Amino acid sequence: MAKKEYAFYPGCSSQLKASASNYLVSTKAMCKALDVKLTEIPDWNCCGASIGYCEGGELPRHAINARNFAQAETHLPGQDIVATCAACWLGARESKERLDGSAQLMKETNEALAAAGLHYSGGANVRHMVEVLIEDFGYDGLKQPMKKSLEGIKFAGYVGCQTNRPFGIVGESFENPLYLDKMVETFGGEALTTYDQKVTCCGGALAFSEPDKSQKQIRDIVESAYDAGAEMIVTPCPLCQANVEVYQSEINKKQGTKFNMPVLYYSQLMTIAYGGTAKDAGLDGQLIRAEKLEKIAGK
Amino acid sequence: MSYQNNFLKEVEERVEEGHMVKMCMQCGVCAGSCPFGPDWEHSPQKIFMMIRAGKREEVLGSDSMFMCTSCYNCIVRCPRELPITHIMHGLANYAHRIGMAPKGQPTRVFATMFWNNLTKKGRVNELTLTLGLYFKDGLVSGIKTAFGMQSIGLGMLLAKRLNPMEIFGGHGLKDLKGFHAIVAKAKEIEDRKKGFTA
Repeated sequence: MAKKEYAFYPGCSSQLKASASNYLVSTKAMCKALDVKLTEIPDWNCCGASIGYCEGGELPRHAINARNFAQAETHLPGQDIVATCAACWLGARESKERLDGSAQLMKETNEALAAAGLHYSGGANVRHMVEVLIEDFGYDGLKQPMKKSLEGIKFAGYVGCQTNRPFGIVGESFENPLYLDKMVETFGGEALTTYDQKVTCCGGALAFSEPDKSQKQIRDIVESAYDAGAEMIVTPCPLCQANVEVYQSEINKKQGTKFNMPVLYYSQLMTIAYGGTAKDAGLDGQLIRAEKLEKIAGK
Repeated sequence: MSYQNNFLKEVEERVEEGHMVKMCMQCGVCAGSCPFGPDWEHSPQKIFMMIRAGKREEVLGSDSMFMCTSCYNCIVRCPRELPITHIMHGLANYAHRIGMAPKGQPTRVFATMFWNNLTKKGRVNELTLTLGLYFKDGLVSGIKTAFGMQSIGLGMLLAKRLNPMEIFGGHGLKDLKGFHAIVAKAKEIEDRKKGFTA
């Protein structure tokens, strides 16, 4: 397989000792097995996330995303920009499409970039890691480096919102996307197609500002995974992962539930399937340990 | 009164994607698709009709726009393909910037803190952001909230997903000066266009 290269946009939550640092650890191991070279966009900045609109408005958000595009264009010409975080991907891709669609906005954005001596000429290709895996490798391609099967583990594929809407993965439906289930099956796991909260919102950033309303969403997401017979939840989004894993103990405390459902990234599953250790897969970063995966890793 | 009232015109000119508001046909799919639908007074459907009815104070003073979790359900389901999420964001931004949004609305407060946090260093500092939110209502309630959340904080710390050293600054950009200049310039252009005063 020819080595593939991408301009990598890891995002704030993936940084060392941040809330999704185990996502980055497992992404690196997964990409190594697939012979993918990720080069960080030099000095990348935050995308503004889904909640930046309130104070940030339009142009400031597009301008900070365009700063990343300009950096990638200059230092990593010709490479697609790949984000692992759903919000980074969404924020960046939204800016890209707005700028592509409006010469006026592009002009104003470049006026802002010029304040730092930068220029964006357009045409950035902003992709999510899942898109890269499915479109550039395909399920058969992803299977090639596989060393271990995830046989015997039942997964609820929780796709969530922002890797699914409004852009989503080409060829998938918004209401019942199947790619995560297909990925689970590719690596020998059992995908629970009866899991009915697959695209339910976890509350997103409002888990902080509206905890009760968000925890109601999270309770549905976890409860439905139990109902479907899941042993683990798998997701492509760092905020979904954090919200759905971290607040289980809070919900238990407040509502008397006994939730203890591990919540993993697809990249962690793949790292284990590719023969990586529990540490390579960032399993030491789980608040709720994924013991069955640890066991496969140790074999 | 003319058919096109002044408030609709104001929204069309100054609110992100505001020109699409008049395309709403009042079917209510957005209202039924919103995860926080039961929790707020005005669905997007209602907000769009209120804009057309010229109810400026009611719309710009509503907390509904701040209940948006950015799940994009409404966008993908709208039969007229209105960019509903963006319009709600745009209305929230407009109401916030002209000072008509509800004071102390928790997501308004958090969202403002978030933007200020990320623009300070160019990247989000999760620790100061979280602490800032806990302590937004003062020291006593902050200590209570932080105390209630300490088992989660400790778990994140042990899982190496929270860095107490971030209190001293944390991750930041090399060209912070350039980043700040970009944000300032973009804000200046937008404020001029939308008639915001700084």
